[in-house]
Amino acid sequence: MDYESVIGLEVHVQLKTKSKMFCACQNKYGSPPNTQVCPVCLGLPGTLPVMNEQAVKMTVLTGMMLGCEISPYSKFDRKNYFYPDMPKNYQISQYDMPLCKSGHIDLVKECYPKDAQNQVSAAKRIGITRIHLEEDVAKSFHLETTSSIDFNRAGTPLMEIVSEPDINTPEEAFAYLSTLRQILLYGKVSDADMEKGQMRCDCNISVRPVGQKEFGTKLEIKNMNTISGVRRALAYEIQRQTGCLKKGENLTQETRRWDEAAGQTFGMRSKEMAHDYRYFPEPDLMPVDTAVFMNEVKSWLPELPAAKKQRFMSDYRLTDYNAGVLVADLELANFFEVGAAPGKNPNAVANWVVNDLLRDLSESKLAIAQSPIKPLDIAELVEFCESGKISSRQAKDVFVEMFKTGKMPHRIIEEKGLSQVSDAAALETWCDEAIAANPQSVEAYKSGKTTALNHLKGQVMKLSKGKANPKTVDGILIKKLSA
Amino acid sequence: MSTNNSGKKIDVAYVAQLARLELTGEERVRLAGQLDRILEYVDQLRQLNVDGIEPTAHAIPQVNVFRSDEARPGLPLKEALKNAPQRMNDLFVVPKVVED
Amino acid sequence: MAHRLSLREAAENIRQRKLSSVELVQALHTRIRKIEPKLEAFLHDDFDLAVKQAAQRDAQPADGPLHGVPVAIKDNISSAGRPCTCASMMLKDYVAPYDATVIRKLETAGAVVFGRLNMDEFAMGSSTENSAFQKTKNPWDLARIPGGSSGGAAAAVAADECFGALGSDTGGSIRQPAAFCGCVGLKPTYGRVSRFGLVAFASSLDQIGPVTKTAYDSALLLNAISGVDPMDSSSLPQPVPDYTKYLGRDIKGLKLGLPKEYFIEGLDPRVKQVIDQAIRHFGSLGAKLVEISLPQTPHAVATYYVIATAEASSNLARYDGVRYGLRTEKPGDVLDMYFRTRAEGFGPEVKRRIILGTYVLSSGYYDAYYLRAQKVRTLIRRDFEKAFTQCDAILTPTSPTVAFKFGEKTDDPLQMYLADIYTIAVNLAGICGISVPCGFVEKPARLPVGLQILGPAFGEPIILQVAHAYEQSTPWHLEKPNL
Ligand SMILES: [Mg+2]
Ligand SMILES: [Zn+2]
Repeated sequence: MDYESVIGLEVHVQLKTKSKMFCACQNKYGSPPNTQVCPVCLGLPGTLPVMNEQAVKMTVLTGMMLGCEISPYSKFDRKNYFYPDMPKNYQISQYDMPLCKSGHIDLVKECYPKDAQNQVSAAKRIGITRIHLEEDVAKSFHLETTSSIDFNRAGTPLMEIVSEPDINTPEEAFAYLSTLRQILLYGKVSDADMEKGQMRCDCNISVRPVGQKEFGTKLEIKNMNTISGVRRALAYEIQRQTGCLKKGENLTQETRRWDEAAGQTFGMRSKEMAHDYRYFPEPDLMPVDTAVFMNEVKSWLPELPAAKKQRFMSDYRLTDYNAGVLVADLELANFFEVGAAPGKNPNAVANWVVNDLLRDLSESKLAIAQSPIKPLDIAELVEFCESGKISSRQAKDVFVEMFKTGKMPHRIIEEKGLSQVSDAAALETWCDEAIAANPQSVEAYKSGKTTALNHLKGQVMKLSKGKANPKTVDGILIKKLSA
Repeated sequence: MSTNNSGKKIDVAYVAQLARLELTGEERVRLAGQLDRILEYVDQLRQLNVDGIEPTAHAIPQVNVFRSDEARPGLPLKEALKNAPQRMNDLFVVPKVVED
Repeated sequence: MAHRLSLREAAENIRQRKLSSVELVQALHTRIRKIEPKLEAFLHDDFDLAVKQAAQRDAQPADGPLHGVPVAIKDNISSAGRPCTCASMMLKDYVAPYDATVIRKLETAGAVVFGRLNMDEFAMGSSTENSAFQKTKNPWDLARIPGGSSGGAAAAVAADECFGALGSDTGGSIRQPAAFCGCVGLKPTYGRVSRFGLVAFASSLDQIGPVTKTAYDSALLLNAISGVDPMDSSSLPQPVPDYTKYLGRDIKGLKLGLPKEYFIEGLDPRVKQVIDQAIRHFGSLGAKLVEISLPQTPHAVATYYVIATAEASSNLARYDGVRYGLRTEKPGDVLDMYFRTRAEGFGPEVKRRIILGTYVLSSGYYDAYYLRAQKVRTLIRRDFEKAFTQCDAILTPTSPTVAFKFGEKTDDPLQMYLADIYTIAVNLAGICGISVPCGFVEKPARLPVGLQILGPAFGEPIILQVAHAYEQSTPWHLEKPNL
C-alpha cells in the first residue's frame, strides 16, 4: 500500500518594528537579559497594553502580499494559560476576528531545495487560512532543577500565519517556507531568520493510505531551527509514521520534538488536560477598523518576487534562470538592477552576478551587502568587454582583482596595463616587423596554408606584449599578405 | 444544561485546575455549594431574549487606539528584578518547568 | 484642627501662605496617630516621603490648583517606591516601580501623595472585610463595616484623617463606602480617568475616582485626574472642563429621573424614608421630578457578576510567584509553585471570584454565561440611554441599607452581591454617578445614608452641579462622627 502525507504549517513571524507590540520597549535581538523590559511587558500590577500601529499595518501588508482578505473589523482577545514565560499568564492574541483571512502562496521551482528542483513540474498553490497578530513570550533557559527567564523578547509583535493542509511533501514545506520568507523580506516586515527565532514553524502532519478520504492521526512537530531542518524533520516523521502504519500500529495524537543533532523526533509528555484557553475579547484594547488605513498600506506594497522576475525577463531580456536566481534574494535583485540600469547588455551583468559574484561571495562567506564589488563596477567591467578594450579572458582576471581589492575596473586595467591596443599605426608597425622576420610563414600562407597566419599573429602579440587587439591584428595581417 | 435538578452545576476541581488554585477538600465543597447558588441566580439571564443583540465588550466604544512605533527606555535592570522572588545572573528564576 | 479642613480650604490656606504643606502633612499625621488605633483605615502612612515632598512644595511657587495638599491613595493604585498591596498577602512585600497616571497628574497639580488606604482584597467586596491585613471600622459606629471596597478611603475622609482620597469603583466601590461613611464619592464615566497604574479587577468596569468631604472637593480632584492618557487605550479624548465652574448653578427646571425599579422590595424602609425626604427637597429647589424606568435592573447583579469575575479571573492570573509578589516555600516544580502560591496568596472572596470567572469563560459555558451577559449589558446600556432622553440626571439610593455589622453578611456571598444593586448598573453602562450624604438613620445607631445622582456618559458637570446644589441647601455634609 502507498501512503501520502498531509501537512499544515503554523508559522510565527516576529515583526521588525522599532518597539514592542503593546509597550515602548525596544524590539531588538541579542541585548543583555532583562534590559529591554518595562512594567507593561513584565505584566506588573496595574499596567495596560497599547497597540503598536506599525505592527498592525505590517500585518495587513503581509496579508496583502499573501493575497488575503483583510478583515474590515478586527479585535484582540486574551488566550488564557499559565506558563512562566508569559508575564500575564494570558497572551494577547486574536481568536475569531484575525486581521487577515484566506490567502495563498504559489510555490515556484526556485524555492524548492536545489536537489529537488528537477522533479518540480507545475506550480502549486498552498492556501493560507489566516494571519493574526499577537505578542511573543519571554525566553526561558531550562536547567537541571530550575528554569531562568529573560523577558526581553516578551511582547515582541508576532504574526501567526496558518496554512491550509495543502502541503504533501517535505520539499513543498521547504518551498512554502522559503517563498514565505522571501515575501516577508520583500515587504520588509521581518528579518525572518529561523536561527534567531524570528521565524518559527510548527508542523501538523498526518499520514494516510493513498485513496483514503479521512485524515490520519494528526501529530505536531516542533523545534526546527532552519528551513532544511523542517524538511528533514518531516521526511523523518513521514517515514516513521508510514512504518508504524505498515506494521499495523496505531498512532497517537501528540506533540513531538525534533532533535536536529540526533536527526529524530521524540514524543513530548502527552497532555493530561485538554487545553481550555478561555478566549474572551481583550477589554484593555479597542477594536481595529482597517478601512481607515487600507490605502496607506496598499501604497507600501512592494513588487513581489514573481512580478519582479517577469519584469526582469521582459525589460532586461534575462534568461529564466538568471531572473529566478536574482529575484530569490531582494538585495541581489536590487544589486543587479543598479548595475544593469546604465548598461546596454543587462544579461551580461546578470551573468557576472549570478555566476561569478555569487560564487566568490559564497566562498568567502560574505552577504551581498558586504560584497567588495559594487554594482556599477560590474556595469563598467561589462562596458570594457563590450567595447573591446579588454578581452573576456582579461575580464576574468580583472574580476578576480576587483573582488580581492574592491578597486574599480578602470583602475585595475590601468595599473596592470591591461587594455588592448587597437591603435592602427602601432599595430601596423608590429605587423610589418613580424612579416619581415618570418619569411617562411609568409610563404606558407601565400601557398594556401592559412594556419600560418596564427604563427604570425602570435609574433605580433609577443611584440605587443599581449596588448594588441587580436581581431584587429588578423585584419591587418590578411590585408598586408594579400597585397 | 437544565437548571432544575439539585445536582452540581460546577466542577470546582476542574475549574480550580484551570485557574491554578490549590483547594482543600473543605474549600471545594463550600465553594461548590456557594457557586451553585450564585449560578442558579445568574441563570435568570437565560430567560432573556437576546437574539440579535450585539454584545458590549467596551462601555464606550472606540476604534484604532494606537501608539506610534517609537522605542523608549524601560526599567533599569535593578528595578526590573527588584521584586523577583528568586533571581540569578540577571534572570528571573523559577523551579523546573515540567512539560504539560 | 487643620485636619478638619476641606480639600478646597486646605488648598486656599496654602495659596494664602496661612499654612504650609509640611504643616498640613503633620496635622494629618497627628490625627492619624490618634485615630488609627480605632479606625485602621491606612495600610501604610509613608509619612517621611510625604514630608519630604511637602517641604519641596513649600519651596516652590504655589501655582498648581492642589499645591501642597496631601491626598491619600487606595492601596491598588501604583505609586513609584511605595507598596501597592491591594490588601492581599499576594502583594504584601511588593514595591511598585512606577507611577499610575493619576499619581503623575496629582503631582502635576501640586498635590502631595500621602498614605495607602485599606480596601477589600483586589477591590473585591463591599465591606473591606476582605482585606488580608486589617478591619477598617466605620467612623460612625466602630462595630460596623465602612463599606467597600474603598472602605479605607471613605473612613479616612469621614474621620478627617485626610482631606481627600482616590478610590476605585468597579461596581460601587467608591459610592457605597462614601454613603456608609457619610462622605462624597464619585465614579467618573468609563474612560474619563486613566486606569494606567490601577491594579485591574474588572478592566471594562474599573474606574478611579475621588472620595471627598464635599462636592466641590470632588470637582477639584476630578479636574486634576481626568483626561485622555496614551497609556490607557480605553481613556477618551473628550476635553476636560473645569468642573468647579458648574457648581453654584441653579438647578431650577432640571429634570431628575426616579427609576421605579429602584424603589421596591429590598430597600430598607428607614433608608427609603431618608431618600424620599431628599427627593422632596429637590422638588423644593425647583427641580422637576419624573418617574423613569430602567427595566433591566433585576438582571444587573447577575450580569455584573459574570462579567466582573470573568475579567478578574484573567487579570489575576499574573499573580503566580514568578516576577513579583508571594512565592510559596520550596515549590517542587512550576505547577506546584502556581497552585500553592495562589492558594496561600489569595483570600476566600478572591478565590471564589476566580473560580466563578474561570468557569463562565470555560469551554462549553462561554456562550451561555459570558457572551449572554455581554448582550444583557447592551440592554442595560440602552435602558440608561433611553432614560437620559427623559431626564437630566437620575436620583437613587446608593445602597439599599446602611452600614452593617462585621460578619453580618460574610457567610452568604450572594446576599452581599445583591446589595450592590443600585451601583452596579452604572459601571455596566459606563456612565457616571456620585453619592452624597443625605441624612441619617437614627436607630440602632446614627448612620449616614447616601443619595446617588447618576448622569449620562461625560455628565460629570451635571451630577456635580446637582450634588453641590443639594449640599449647599442641606446640613448633612457638615456632620462629623464622634470619635
Ligand atoms: Mg500563536
Ligand atoms: Zn516593555
